[in-house]
Amino acid sequence: MNQPAPSPSSPKLPVNLAANPKLSSWLKFSPQGQVTVSPGKVEIGQGIVTALAQIAADELDIDISRVQMIRASTAASPNEGVTSGSLSVQQSGRAMRHACAEVRQIFLQLASERLGVDIASLGVEDGTISGPGNVTTSYWELAEEVSLDRDATPDVKPKPATRRALAGNSVQRIDIPDKVFARARFIHDWALPEMLHGRVLRPQNARAKLTGLKDGNVRTIAGFVAVVRDGSFAGVVCETEHGAEAALQALRKGAVWADGEPLPDESDLAAFLKAAPSETTIIDKRTASSPGAKKRTLRRQYTRPYIAHASIAPSCAMAQWNGDRVHVWTHSQGVYLLRTDLALVLKLPAENIIVEHMEGAGCYGHNAADDVALDAVLLAKTTGGRPVRVQWSREAEMSDAPFGAAMAIEIEADLDAAGEIIDWRHSIWSNGHVARPGRAAQPALLAGFEVENPFPRMISTNPPQANGGGSDRNAVPLYDFPSWQIESHRLTTMPIRTSALRTLGAQGNVFAIESFLDEIAAERGEDPVAFRLRHLTDERAKDVIRAAAKRARWKPEKQPGIGYGIAFARYKNTGAYCAAVAEIEGAGDIRVRKLTLAVDVGEAINPDGVINQIEGGAIQATSWVLKERVRFDRQRITSTNWTEYPILRFSEVPEVEVELIQRSEMDPVGAGEAAHGPVSAAIANAVFDALGVCVRHLPITRENIIAAMEQAP
Amino acid sequence: MPSVRFRLNGVEMDVDADPDRSLLDILRGQLGMTGSHFGCGAGECGACNVMIGDRAVAACDTPLWSVADKDITTIEGLGTPERPHPLQRAFITEQALQCGYCVSGILMSAAALLKRNPKPGSREVKEALDGNLCRCGSHNRMVRAVLRAADEMAAE
Ligand code: FES
Ligand code: FES
Repeated sequence: MNQPAPSPSSPKLPVNLAANPKLSSWLKFSPQGQVTVSPGKVEIGQGIVTALAQIAADELDIDISRVQMIRASTAASPNEGVTSGSLSVQQSGRAMRHACAEVRQIFLQLASERLGVDIASLGVEDGTISGPGNVTTSYWELAEEVSLDRDATPDVKPKPATRRALAGNSVQRIDIPDKVFARARFIHDWALPEMLHGRVLRPQNARAKLTGLKDGNVRTIAGFVAVVRDGSFAGVVCETEHGAEAALQALRKGAVWADGEPLPDESDLAAFLKAAPSETTIIDKRTASSPGAKKRTLRRQYTRPYIAHASIAPSCAMAQWNGDRVHVWTHSQGVYLLRTDLALVLKLPAENIIVEHMEGAGCYGHNAADDVALDAVLLAKTTGGRPVRVQWSREAEMSDAPFGAAMAIEIEADLDAAGEIIDWRHSIWSNGHVARPGRAAQPALLAGFEVENPFPRMISTNPPQANGGGSDRNAVPLYDFPSWQIESHRLTTMPIRTSALRTLGAQGNVFAIESFLDEIAAERGEDPVAFRLRHLTDERAKDVIRAAAKRARWKPEKQPGIGYGIAFARYKNTGAYCAAVAEIEGAGDIRVRKLTLAVDVGEAINPDGVINQIEGGAIQATSWVLKERVRFDRQRITSTNWTEYPILRFSEVPEVEVELIQRSEMDPVGAGEAAHGPVSAAIANAVFDALGVCVRHLPITRENIIAAMEQAP
Repeated sequence: MPSVRFRLNGVEMDVDADPDRSLLDILRGQLGMTGSHFGCGAGECGACNVMIGDRAVAACDTPLWSVADKDITTIEGLGTPERPHPLQRAFITEQALQCGYCVSGILMSAAALLKRNPKPGSREVKEALDGNLCRCGSHNRMVRAVLRAADEMAAE
C-alpha cells in the first residue's frame, strides 16, 4: 500500500468507489426505462436499500420507481466489505452518489453531441434529457450507446444537498410491501429446485469434542440422504426438513462427547475478566497544562454481561456444489468476507465460490449467519450437486452464535476542593468485540474449528481507535476534563465466543461514564443537564441535550416512585449525536414509561427511516438494560430459549419520542447504534433518581437493585 | 397415513401426514406456504402465528390432528397487494417494521384481535401482541398501525 498521498486540493474518489471503480458494477440502464443499481451493501432491516435507491434516483434525476435494487453477490456486485449499521449509508451512499453523478454526466455529454446543443443547457427530468428548442432524448434511448465499463474519475461533483429532490424526505421503504404480504424475501422462505435439508449436530457442553458417532436408525428415516462427519463436525441431510429434524435427534442419541472446556463463573464476571490473561493498550491520554489540586478520588466499577444477538429467526443458508465450485446463499453482512473464509476452510480459490445475499431477520452484528453458511457448504458436499438448506435451532442460535462481549469498567475521578473533575481514569477489561470473517489469515467460522484438521479458535480483537475502537469505543470522554487516561485490557483467552454486537463496547462505556457523571453531579447538587452542558464545547452535542431536555420538560416535578434520567453520547465520538431522557417507575421491577430522544445524524437521507432506527435502538437498549444477560454454568450456556433469555415484550415497551435535528449540509452518519449508550445510561440515571441507588451492574433487575442497595454507596 | 381435513384460507384441504406433526411444519413443508415463520418452534415467539377461528395460535405448537374441521387463516389468506387487509395497508403507511421477520405472526395476532374486538385501545393491542416477540424494536409503530387499521375498518 505504497501509494503517494493525493495532494489535498486534488479531488478524491469516495473510498468504496476507488476500490470498485468500474461504473457498470454500480449501475446499468435498460432501454425499457429501468436502472438496476447494485450496491455491495445489504439490507439488514435498517432500510439501507431504500436510502441508496433515493440517492441514485436523486443524482440521476429519475423517479425512484425506475430504480431496481439488486442483491449483493460476489458474482457481480462491488466489494463494499461488511454492512454494519453505522458506516453503511456513509460509505456506500457517497460512492453511489458519485458514481451516479458521473454516469449522468456521461449521458449528458453524449446527448449534447447527438442533439447538437451545449451540455450546460441540458436538463434531466425523470430520465428525459432536454435542451433549448424542445430537443429531447433520454437515458433509455442512449442506453445502448453508452458503455459504463469504464472507471470512475474523481472530477465529477455530485449535486449540492439543496438540489436533491428526494434525499432528506421520508419515502416508503421498498422492501416493506413484500414483508407485509409475505412474498418470499427472506432466505428462510426460499426453495431451490431439488433442495434438500440439513441439520448440524453440536455439543451441549462448550467446545466438547465428538469422540464417537453411531448412526443407529438414522438411515431408516424417510427421505434420509446422508450423514456427514468431519472431526467434531457432524450433520445429516434429508429430503424434507421434518426428516432432517428427526434424523438429527436420532444422531444425537448415538453421539459420544468428550468433556468440554470450562466456562467462567457467571456470578462474578468482573473477577473473571480482571484475572484472565490480557493485553493492555493505552487508548488515549490527556495531560493538564496546569494540574489542579486533588482533594479526593472517587472510584466506581461497572459491568455489563454477555448479550445475545437473539435474532428472531434462527440463522439459515443454502449451498450447492457443481464440481469444485460452490454457490452459497446467505444473510451474512459481508458476502466477500464470507467468501474469503470459505475459501480458507475449503482450500479453494475464491473465484470458485459465489456468495449471494438474501435477507434474513435483523442481526444486530455478527451472529450465526456466516457459521451456518459453512455448515450448508459442508453438508452439500455429499449430495451430488443437489442444494442443501440448513437452518439452526433456536437453542443453537442462543448458544453457539457469537455474543456481545461482557465488560468490566472501572473509572476513577479526582476531584478538587470545589468538587470539579480534575483527572479521569477509565479502564476496561473485556474480550475483543470483533471476530468477523474475512479479515484474518484464519477463518472465523464455527465449523472451521470443529473439522478434522481444525483451525485455531479465533480470539476476538478490537478495531483501532481510528475506526471507532472496540472495547474502548466511546471510552474517551466527550467532556472537557483537563486530564485523563483511557486504558483497555483485551483478554487473550476466550472461553465464551464473542464478536460484533451493535455498538461494540460503546453501550458499556457510555453506561459507565454517564452513570458516574450523574453521581458526581448529584454530590455537587448540580442539575445533570447543566453539569453536562458546562463540560461540553461542541454545539451539536449541546443542541441534542437541550432539545431532549426541552422536549421532556426537564426536569418534571418529583413524584413518588417515578424517576427521570438523562444521558448523552456521540456514537464512536465521530458519528451521530444522541441525548436521551428516560422516565421510569417502580422499585423492584423497573418499568420504563417513556424515552425522549434528540438525534443529529448530519444529513438524514430518509428521515422517517432514521427515526424508525432510533426508536428500534432505544427499545432494544431498554431490553438489554432491564432484562438481558447470557446465562451459563461451568459447562454450558443455559439461556437457550426465550424463557431463559427474555427480551422486552409489547406490554413492557416504553413510549418513544424522537426529535431529529436535520443538518443537510453535513455528511450522513448511521443512526442504528446511536441510541443504545444514551438510553442505557438514561435508564440507570432515572433509577438513581427514583430510588437513590446506583445500579452499576447490568441488567437492572430486582436482584441487581437489591444487591446495589446492600452495597451502597 | 391418516388424513386430516380442515379449511385453509377458505379452501377445503385434505392433508395426508402424521397427525402429531406441527401445523407449521405442514404449512411450510408439505404445503409450501412459507409466510408463517419459524422462530423458536416452542410456542414462545409468535413468529408462526396463524388464526384458527378468531384466535391467534402458534402453529409450531399446534399438532395437525387438533385442527381437524377447523377454519385456519394464514398470512397468505389475510390479503393481497390488490386486496390488502386494512392491517397490511396500515403497516405500510406507518412503516411499522424493520427486518419484518416477526410481522406475519404479528399481523395474525392483530387480525384475530380485531375480529373479537373491532375497537381496541392501545392497552388491548399490546396485550393481544404480548406473545409476539420483535427483536428490532418496532413495537410502538406496530401498535399505531393496528389502531389505524381499526379506525379504517370502523369507517368503512
Ligand atoms: S416459532 Fe412458533 S412460537 Fe416461535
Ligand atoms: S421487525 Fe425485526 S423482529 Fe420485528
